[in-house]
Formats: sequence, C-alpha cells, structure tokens
Amino acid sequence: MPKCALAAKFFYSAAVGAKASPVMTQTLEALPSATAALPASLPAAWQTSVSLLPNEKILGWAVVDLDARLRFAQELLVVTDQRLFSCALSPENKPVYREWGRHDGLRLSHYDHAGVGTLELFDDHARLHRWRYTLAQDVAILRVIQAFSQWQEIRSADEESATSCPVCGTPLSTDSDECTNCAVSGNIAPPSTWILFRLWRFARPYKGSLLLGFVLMLASTAASMVAPYLIMPLTDEVLVPAEKGVPVDVGLVALYLGGLFASALLAWGLGWGKTYLLALVSERIGADLRTASFEHLMHLSLEYFGGKRTGDLMARISSESDRICVFLSLHLLDFATDVLMITMTAVVLFWINPWLALVTLLPLPFIAWMIFLVRERLRTGFEKIGRAWSEVTNVLADTIPGIRVVKAFAQEARETKRFQEANRHNLVANDRVNRLWSLFSPTVSLLTEIGLLVVWIFGIWQVSQSHISTGMLLAALAYIGRFYTRLDSMSRIVSVTQKAAAGAKRIFDILDHVSNVPEPANPAQLPTVRGQIELRHAVFRYGNQTVLRGINLSIAPGEMIGLVGHSGSGKSTLVNLICRFYDAAEGAVLLDGVDIRTLSVVDYRRHIGLVLQDPFLFFGTVAENIAYGRPGATREDIIAAARAAHAHEFILRLPHGYDSRVGERGQGLSGGERQRISIARALLIDPKILILDEATSSVDTETEKEIQTALDNLVRGRTTIAIAHRLSTLHKADRLLVMDRGQIVEEGAHEMLIARRGAYFRLYEAQARRVDTEFVSTPWNNAVSATDRSSK
Amino acid sequence: MKPPDFQLSRNAFGRLVLTTRDGHVYENIVPVRAFPISAPNDGLALIDQEGHERAWIGSLSALESDTETRALIETTLAEREFTPRILRLHHVSTFATPSTWRISTDRGETSFVLKSEEDIRLLSASSLLITDRDGVQYRIPNIAALDKHSKRLLDRFL
Repeated sequence: MPKCALAAKFFYSAAVGAKASPVMTQTLEALPSATAALPASLPAAWQTSVSLLPNEKILGWAVVDLDARLRFAQELLVVTDQRLFSCALSPENKPVYREWGRHDGLRLSHYDHAGVGTLELFDDHARLHRWRYTLAQDVAILRVIQAFSQWQEIRSADEESATSCPVCGTPLSTDSDECTNCAVSGNIAPPSTWILFRLWRFARPYKGSLLLGFVLMLASTAASMVAPYLIMPLTDEVLVPAEKGVPVDVGLVALYLGGLFASALLAWGLGWGKTYLLALVSERIGADLRTASFEHLMHLSLEYFGGKRTGDLMARISSESDRICVFLSLHLLDFATDVLMITMTAVVLFWINPWLALVTLLPLPFIAWMIFLVRERLRTGFEKIGRAWSEVTNVLADTIPGIRVVKAFAQEARETKRFQEANRHNLVANDRVNRLWSLFSPTVSLLTEIGLLVVWIFGIWQVSQSHISTGMLLAALAYIGRFYTRLDSMSRIVSVTQKAAAGAKRIFDILDHVSNVPEPANPAQLPTVRGQIELRHAVFRYGNQTVLRGINLSIAPGEMIGLVGHSGSGKSTLVNLICRFYDAAEGAVLLDGVDIRTLSVVDYRRHIGLVLQDPFLFFGTVAENIAYGRPGATREDIIAAARAAHAHEFILRLPHGYDSRVGERGQGLSGGERQRISIARALLIDPKILILDEATSSVDTETEKEIQTALDNLVRGRTTIAIAHRLSTLHKADRLLVMDRGQIVEEGAHEMLIARRGAYFRLYEAQARRVDTEFVSTPWNNAVSATDRSSK
Repeated sequence: MKPPDFQLSRNAFGRLVLTTRDGHVYENIVPVRAFPISAPNDGLALIDQEGHERAWIGSLSALESDTETRALIETTLAEREFTPRILRLHHVSTFATPSTWRISTDRGETSFVLKSEEDIRLLSASSLLITDRDGVQYRIPNIAALDKHSKRLLDRFL
C-alpha cells in the first residue's frame, strides 16, 4: 500500500464548482508525520494511507463500499473538525483524494433504494459529489452525517461520548456492551459440552452435600462389590467340598451368607442415601437455575422480549432447566456409578486373577462400541421423532388460540386434516425408529451373552488346567453380568450430555444477556417530580433500521400531548423511549432536566402510568389487579381509584365484587371493563407522567365515551402523552404532534394544524371522509379551548 | 362515626327503600359487599335496580349507632348470601372431575358436583372456596381443622 499523503499531484478536486470555497491544497509531505492520531478503530488498510493535518480531529468516518458505477470498491469518508474528505484507491492502487473545506451551505443528504444507499454533498448551488454504498454501511454513514452537522455547527466534540461496537461500528447505548446490530445477525456456534461446567456456579452452594453424595456413591458401589466376591469362598470352601462329601461347616456358611445379607443391606442403605441426597441437590440446582434465569429475564429490556417468542422463553426456563436437573440427578449419577463400578470390578478381577480379568474385560470395549453404533443410528431417528412431534404441537398451538377464526370460516375439517397429517408424520417417524429400537435390547442381551460365553470358555479351560478355582470363575461371571447390562445406559450418556449442554447453553443465553436498559451504578435521586419531559435528538434503531430520526421535543409539566401519525411512524417507539423500555441509541430523554438513564429504572417507572390498547390483567382478584403497581394500597384507595375510573359499579356487579377473580371462566370482563380496570391501576399509583397508547381504540364508541370520561379524570394534572388513531379522542390535547417516518413533521393545536392544510389535515380529512357520524358529532369545538390553553 | 346521611327502610314488598339526605327515594335497593371474601364487613355499596351506586357504607361497624339500619342490611345480606361452610367430606365419587362430593356443612348434609379442579379457589394457604356445577359456593375456612378423612380426600384435588 503506497503511502498516500495529500500530495498535490494526486489531488482531484472533482465536482467542486468555481463558486465553492477553495479547497485546501497543502501537501502533508512537508509536515511532520503523525501529526494527529488516527482512531484505532479505523480499518488497518486505511491506517497507512491516510494522514491528518496538525491538530486535526476526526469526528466521524465511514467506508463507502461502492463506486459511482455501483461496483464494489472501498472509499474512506472522513469528517474532521477542519474538512470533509474521501480517499479512494485508483486501479493503479494510487490513492485519490477529494476534499472539501468548511463553508456555508454545505450539506449532506442521504436516501436509500433497493439496498443501495446514496449520500450526496450539496452546496447552495449544485451537487458537489455523490457516494454510493450498501446498507450494511448505513449506520456508519448516519454517524458521518451527524458528525458533519456537528462540524458545521462547530460544536465541541466533547459531547460525543458514545462508544461503538468493535465489530460493526454501530454506536452502542451507554453501559451496554451488546450491539443490537450484531445480535441480529447472530453468532451461531454449536454448544460445547464444556458449558456444563458453568453450572458449577449453581452447584457451589451445595459443595458439602455434593462431596458427601460422592463419598456415599463410592461406599455404596464398594458395598455392592462384596456380594459377588463372597461367591468365591462360598463355592470353593463350602459347595465344592460338600460335593466331595465333606460335611458342611454351618458356622462358615452362616458367616458367608450373613456377609452377603449385610453387604446387600449396606448397599441398599448407602444407595438410598446417595440417590436421595444427590436428587435433592440437583433439584435445588435446577430450582436455583430457574429462579436466576427468571429474575434475570424480568430485568431485561422490552427489546429482548420483542425479539423472542414467548413459547421459546417459557420452554427455556421451564423444560430446559428440568432437563438439566434430570441429567444431573439421573444420567450423570448413573454414569458415575457405572464408571466406578467398572473400575472397581476391574481392580477386583485383577486382584483375583489377572488373566481371568483380561479375558473378562476383553469383550467390553467391543460391546460398548457395538452399542454406541446402534445408539447413534437411533439418535437420528429420535431427532426425527422430535421434529415430527413439534409439528404436532405446532398445529395445536396454532389452532387452539385461533379457534374462533377456525370456526368462523368453518375450517374445522381442514385443521383436523392438518393435525392428522402431522400425526401421520409422527407415526411414520416412530415406526422407522421402532424397527431399530425393538432390535436394540435383544441385541444388547445377545452381546452380553456372547461376552459371558467367552468368559465361560476361557474359565472352563482355566479350571480344567487348575489355574483358577470354580469359585473364581463364578465370581468373575457374577461381576461382569452386572455391568454388561449397564453398558446400555452408559452409551446413552453421550446424547444426554449433548442435550443437557444444549439446554444449558439456552439458559446461559438468557443469563449472559446484558440488559439494554442498564441500572446506573449510582442512580441520581429525584425527590419530587414535576413531569417535564424533554427529548434531545433522540435516535432509535431496530438493527439497521432507523425508527426515530433525531426527535427534539419538550413537554411542559401537566401538558397533554397527542401523538398522531400512520402506523409505523414511530409513535409507539417514542413512547417506549419515554417509558425507558428501550434506551435511545443516540440523544437523550430527560425528566425534569435529568437524563433518565442516570435514574434507577424502578424509581423512574414509578412515575409513569401506562394504559395500553389491550390491557393485560393478571390472574388474580380485581382488587389485586388494581393495586398491581402499589401492592400496599388500602381498600379505600382501591375503591377511590376504581370510582375515578368509572369501574366501581360494574365491579360491584361481579359475583364477588372486588374479590372476583379476573380471567376465571364465566367471569370474563369486556374490553371496556378491562380497560377501566387498567385505568384504575394507573390512577392508583398517582403517576406524574401518563401514557395512553391507543387506550380506546379496541372498544366501541359507546364504551369509548365511558372510558374517555374515566381518562379525563386520569389526565388531570399529569403530563400526558396519548397515542390515538381516532383523532377525536385527542380533543383534550394541548398540543398535537404529527409523526411521519420517525420524525415530527408538524406540531400545534388542532385548529392550527387544520389551517395549515398539511399532514395532519390529510389525516383528519381521511377520517372525516369515512361516513362515520361519530366524527361529525364529535365535539371538536372542545379543541378550541385546548388551543387557548396551549397558546398561553 | 357520624350517622349515615341516608335512611333505609323496608317497604311492604319486602324491598329496601333508600331515602338520601337530598330527598331522593330509591326503591329495590340491594346491599353489595365490595370485598365479600377478603373484608366482608368493610365497604358496602347500596345499589339501585339499575346497578348504580346510591350510597356507600365504609364499614358495617360504622353503623353501630344505627342498629336498625344495620339490622336491615344484615338481614338482607343474609337473605342473599349463601355460602355453606364445609365441615366434613364424607365421600367423593371419583378423583377425576366431574366428581360428586357428599359433604356435611354448617347448613346441613348435601352433595354437589365439582366440575373441574379449577373451581377450587385457594383463598389463602389454609382456606378454600369451592364453586359447584350450579354456581353454589362452599367455603372451607381452615383446612387444618378438617378431620383426617376429609383432608385426605381434599388433598387429591389440590
């Protein structure tokens, strides 16, 4: 890479018109090198080819990845506090510079179409240059545009403190080290079995019990070794002599049989203790894991929940933790016991007779390998069954919640057919596996018998040669008979370990997720809240898509704001930012002049009352639901809130009044009733800030009127932000904000906006045109008083 | 406590009549407990036949001075309320639902059909409210106070 200084010979002042200010044409070769530091994040290729002026400070940069003919070619675009320049490499690998100094009227604008973005530089008279890029660079380009406007305003660069993701360059929100952009693309690696060791974090509190359990396991396995061992003296000292006519020594027999009984009793007691203790511990580890992941989940930002399916999260916390628990208490325990048993058996056998031991253990690896082979084949079959099964579940999950639609369109037969089809797949998959599966356990017993046969052959030969006694042979047979049957369960350990590891990974995915709405380390205190909200250049993105483009907004305490706009215009996102369900990617939200990111999340939300389009009521009594935000509320408080929300009378009509359970069969509440309960819920916490997100759009006009009167009680004296599709519901608003594509395009009172005949007028016209008497009769004259208020 | 700012009487039809201080007269008044389970004696509303609340009594004990009104309300409530207390479970037909229970209550022997386990509502750790197929409610104020046999039967449903 040639050292590319701003040599005049390469200088290429394309498209700079005569009227534009003269471009800077110093050569840097004359200047001492390394005059200003390049940001470390700049790709290495450019580190060598770009040099800066003395004291020059880079405000923003981006790599533009297409050339003018839309072929892939890289070009670096840099905004510094002194100039805007770009550096591309010519086909001969020579750097080509374009540079513009600061002068009035210079502006950048960008747009995108079909995945290709275009960035244009204008002055007052002409377009100076055009860059093209793929949208992967969009975020970086937006940063450059921001830096450019910053440069134009000669703002101090100190304000800029946001760090950016080292991978993709997306600016990170404060305190969060997870990049939303990268998270979307995802880093997919198969879960490693090592992840199971991370479970130690949850096992640590139970170290003592675990150690005791392990000791018990050793002892119980050892106790179970005694019985086969006693066969040896019993045969050699009692049975064989007895056959030869020697009288039976009753005392000796009693001793050996007593030993057999005692060892069985001991193994029973120890085995019980071991299994109970370890099951107890693993159940607690599972419970801790569940609680920890649920607690963590509760603190994650709404953004996380938006990106995940409910069923998936539920499965992670409930069944995955259970799977890990079963793995720990059952499979791992069995496996450890088996390994111990085999080791101990081998030791005992070698101690009795090394040759016999060798022959006994010889078939072991072979059998193990055979079993493993069959298991592997079975596993793919079981995976197929798993998929077929989830297909069945999917049909259920699809159909049951949508049963009204199914019935309305009379598609019962079709859904039944769909279910049948899924069920048939399941059947076929099962049949295929069962063919192999039914073969499996007979095969294991066959292999075991063959193994025993080998030992018999060798043993009989040895006994005939008088190398070993009959007792030794019988003892050896008793030993291996025990563990050959265990080989099957041992072979299962591979797949269950993999499954448990996958489960652990899915749980740790949750636990490792850093909340995008972090708690500040030292939260600022807000003793009294006035309810003044300010948004300063708030930008929000979902991945690469910018949803809010620099919102500046100030809401006075007690003011009611109506947010209007098409769906997708960013209204809900704006409200989510104010609620701090998300943090702004750039810019800030301030409450009474304090950045809400410096406040404790819980403290902050205490000042916010939220009434949603579809109010969610928890399973519990009406009173509990109203007091959800203030569990300590007295009955009088609850009744007062319900009265204000116009909910009192219908609640009294319920069979148990305030003690009625919501969501119980036969006690379903209508949409309007639920909404009024949720209004009472918001009223009870007496919030300074009130957010009404389409609070009345899911109910009929009659109910809407009732809710509206309830809302009017709620709004009084509070800073209110109301989103509504029906413009009529905003007649009380002091100020209306019209949003479009992430920006506030108009603001003002109703009358004023109508007079302006802009975006609001079109929205209003569109609604009024619908033959809907509601809109004609709506007292829009109320808006006049609102105008008066806001114009003061 | 100040006396209530209304007057309550019973008319010839046996209905309650409410006369408020400002002279309005409402017939067919029904007293309704706001918290029939958690606080039966606090919070009573007098509801007219349209379902509108016409008077509010913060607490029955606040009516101490007005024994007549209190008696009127209490008798009317007693006429309306029927929640037998289960003293003993004799027999249940099956441990799967629907199941017919033969029980002794403080109002006598009876049997009812439990439609599903969901109709057993745990009020606290030790008290239950059971709704039968026809909507009649039975209470078990203290499970621990039941005899062993009843407890064993009940436990299968919890």
